[in-house]
Amino acid sequence: MGAYTVRRILQAIPVVFLSTIMVFGLLHLLPGDPAIALAGANGTPASIAALRHDMGLDKSLPEQYVIWLGRLLHGNLGNSALSHVAVSTLLAQRIPATMELALAAMAFALVISVTTGVVAAVKQRSVADWIITIFNSLALAIPGFWLGILLILLCSVRFSWLPPGGRVASWGELGPSIRSLALPTLALALPLIGTLSRFVKSAMLEVLYDDYVRTARSKGLASRAVIFGHALRNALLPVVTVLGLQFGFLLGGTVIIESVFSWPGLGTLMLDGIGNRDYAIVQAGLLYFGAAFIVLNLLTDLAYGLLNPRIRLGAGS
Amino acid sequence: MSAQPAEAAGAARGAGIVLTIHDRRPLNPIVASLLHAARNPMGLFGLCIIGLLMVAAVGAPWLSPYGPLALHAGKELLGPSTTFPLGTDAIGRDLLSRLLWGARPSFIVGGLTIVLGGGVGILTGLIAGYLGGWVDTVIMRICDALFAFPPILTGIAVLTILGPGTVNVAYALAIAAAPGFARLTRSVVLGERTRDYVLAAKASGARSWRIMLRHVLPNSIAPLLVQLAIFMAIAVLAEAGLSFLGLGTRPPTPSWGSMLNDSRAYLRTDVWMGIWPGVALALLLVGLNFLADALRDALDPRRVNA
Repeated sequence: MGAYTVRRILQAIPVVFLSTIMVFGLLHLLPGDPAIALAGANGTPASIAALRHDMGLDKSLPEQYVIWLGRLLHGNLGNSALSHVAVSTLLAQRIPATMELALAAMAFALVISVTTGVVAAVKQRSVADWIITIFNSLALAIPGFWLGILLILLCSVRFSWLPPGGRVASWGELGPSIRSLALPTLALALPLIGTLSRFVKSAMLEVLYDDYVRTARSKGLASRAVIFGHALRNALLPVVTVLGLQFGFLLGGTVIIESVFSWPGLGTLMLDGIGNRDYAIVQAGLLYFGAAFIVLNLLTDLAYGLLNPRIRLGAGS
Repeated sequence: MSAQPAEAAGAARGAGIVLTIHDRRPLNPIVASLLHAARNPMGLFGLCIIGLLMVAAVGAPWLSPYGPLALHAGKELLGPSTTFPLGTDAIGRDLLSRLLWGARPSFIVGGLTIVLGGGVGILTGLIAGYLGGWVDTVIMRICDALFAFPPILTGIAVLTILGPGTVNVAYALAIAAAPGFARLTRSVVLGERTRDYVLAAKASGARSWRIMLRHVLPNSIAPLLVQLAIFMAIAVLAEAGLSFLGLGTRPPTPSWGSMLNDSRAYLRTDVWMGIWPGVALALLLVGLNFLADALRDALDPRRVNA
């Protein structure tokens, strides 16, 4: 297991570096010279050259990359061109909101998908299975942001049950917090439920007729114990492997869902950054999402190794 | 390969039976797979939906009652009526006409993405899998790094550089699509590389390129087709999402995503603006998902259907 962990972490390092190169390249592929933009209308060739020197733009690209990476490792992501606030400060303000939304959606999706997936597998070809299958097809086909609009139409405009957007976040007002979280969570979770529920079902179907399940049944174990104790435990193993990837997609989805519900997270920050040509923010946002995705995939692989005795005991290579 | 049908036909004629099927060339593997998927009712349903929406996209100039940009003064924010079957938007444009024209960006982006992203990805995957060694390592690490960003974020990043526009969305999503196709192709090629028919082609002196394109690729087409259908759905969804964010198809050109964005300010006054584009989008996604499922069932007999 130790060797596996080390090997997997070593594999992740070049990927991290390559993705920082890509994000670094983003700023340098942008049309326009940032020094000219900063110098404004009164810029003379001399003042622009001075600015280019100050900003380090007169150095070669590899040099600039190394300097940029060094700052990055010290947590220095540059300043916002608009408000001149450190980008790391802005990021730190917005990340909790995005994570709260993403984790709530993930938790909700997991509970619903495992339940519906197990029911659909155990009661295969029943009415319940049929309804769940249709529901999953719909969940996969309805774009999250459209569902968001429909939820606002129904729950906020038509019946005024829940707020149409914004975030309330304080422990003192738990009720309003949860109410403001409810609609974006639903809109973000639904497509994931469609994917995961189908996955749980096919994983359950694969183990439900295995020998060890039959043995457990024939030694007289209660059906519930067999399903949850034996079958589900093993069916969840392949499910774990897709969780990291799915959580990454979920993080990507937050950008649009946050925009629908004016949720003050990283996505809306990035979109404002694009609108204001404040590219340091866009770059930082991409870096954060990319890093989160790489770490998630690493953790998933390690968790899989930990859960799967065939890998844990070092058979796989 | 070509000698076999002739022999079979000869033998059949000798036995007094006329066999005509084998006289034709074997069907193109893509066409054959689509026909196979159409035998499944779900696949047929999916193909029909996609076909209908494609007719709407291609035939928009003839099918739509008004121009997609035509303003009808004094007819703003109307509900469905006989003059405007689906109603009008905030500046008096006919929603049905815009909906029909709005199918175009979806198909343009969906099609271009899988042609460009699929093409580049499949080629690099072939090269990586067939050549192996350091070429393989380099290509796969680059794919891993590109893979670190969900398609919508790659889209946002690339569109920040290229600026908004329908075709730019396709370029952006093609970059997001390529690593998945490269990875999949590589894994299939690794399985095929040591098969007898490849060794036979090698022994007869065929060049690497010829072996890859004429022998390995056609035999790897099944899993790739499923992936193409899946990624077309992802691309359609991402185009709508990016246009919804104002990064994709530029207004006033109608696209389902930008129409949904327009609707946000009028949810209290005109519900229909927020309904129709979503219904159309969901229909196309149902069609593509069903097609992908049917292809997977048709091409992978081992799979337990879920």
